[in-house]
Amino acid sequence: MISRLLSALILGAALFSSQPAAAVEPNEILADPALEHRAREVGKALRCVVCQNQAIDDSNSELARDMRILVRERIVAGESDQEIIEYMVSRYGDYVLLDPPFKGTTYVLWFGPALIVLIGVVSVVMFYRRRQDAAPATAGGAQAETVAEEPEATPAPLSAEEKKRLDALMKESGE
Amino acid sequence: MKRVLYLLPLLILFVLGGFFLKGFDLNPRELPSMLTGKPVPEFDLAPIEGRDRGFASTDLLGQVTLVNIFGSWCVACQAEHPFLVRIKKQGLVPIYGIDWREREPGAGARWLERYGDPYTLVGDDPESKAAIAFGVTGAPESFLVDKQGVVRYKHIGPITPEVWDDTLWPLIQELKKQ
Repeated sequence: MISRLLSALILGAALFSSQPAAAVEPNEILADPALEHRAREVGKALRCVVCQNQAIDDSNSELARDMRILVRERIVAGESDQEIIEYMVSRYGDYVLLDPPFKGTTYVLWFGPALIVLIGVVSVVMFYRRRQDAAPATAGGAQAETVAEEPEATPAPLSAEEKKRLDALMKESGE
Repeated sequence: MKRVLYLLPLLILFVLGGFFLKGFDLNPRELPSMLTGKPVPEFDLAPIEGRDRGFASTDLLGQVTLVNIFGSWCVACQAEHPFLVRIKKQGLVPIYGIDWREREPGAGARWLERYGDPYTLVGDDPESKAAIAFGVTGAPESFLVDKQGVVRYKHIGPITPEVWDDTLWPLIQELKKQ
């Protein structure tokens, strides 16, 4: 039992700690480790366009391999990481970037979830505020006992101010 | 007013649902081409085995052309092939071929010998140089190029008689007039 739990823990830890094995093949690797490091950074940012959700560095597809080689050729030719990424974007569009770029057409993507959470929080706060506002008015009233049983069933009695407004509204609609 | 506010979550649900519903119809493999309206990328491909002329981007200038990416390994290319041969026989538009990622040298040439050669020129692209430059994700893909060498249309997948009649041929006739 304990050993089973232990192996499950180890497996879990291995799953979460391990990075996906890079698909970069030995014969692709550049001799200069600094350049190879840059190639890996670029490779991690570029999507394999035939497998949809893998970086070219993690994909075994042939097109991903050719893209990795192209990245390395351009690095050796002296292009900057940005230039290489821009070249790929000019060919495949933003789709080739694993991280969607931050710009006008993607604001919904970036802000959407936060906005929806915000709407949720505001509605919850509004809901509880309204309930709190309603509670003290009824608690002191004559129907305190029934209120305790069914707090939402009895609305708070209208104040003088509210009655005046109601009368005014009724008159308005009557005309 | 407050009542309307309660309907807001439902409204958001419907709007999102609408987008998701549309998502079912979209093919994630069909990427919008970055190249449409832009000049053909520059390339100069070597000939395939047994031929002495390759295919370079400059070959396209001065005429309306169809650039077709294919490979002998590609089943869908084989499906569209007889139709390309028919276009060639009728002399409707010159088709230029990019032989993409053959697994062994000569495979593309043998394939064309066996099934017919609809191409004016064929270039060999074993390392996806031209394919990446064209933003290709799979074969077959075809690009309609105007006389100035500007890509006017990209078609993903095999060219079927329907695609030809409805889209490509009308566009070719229009481009030829310019």
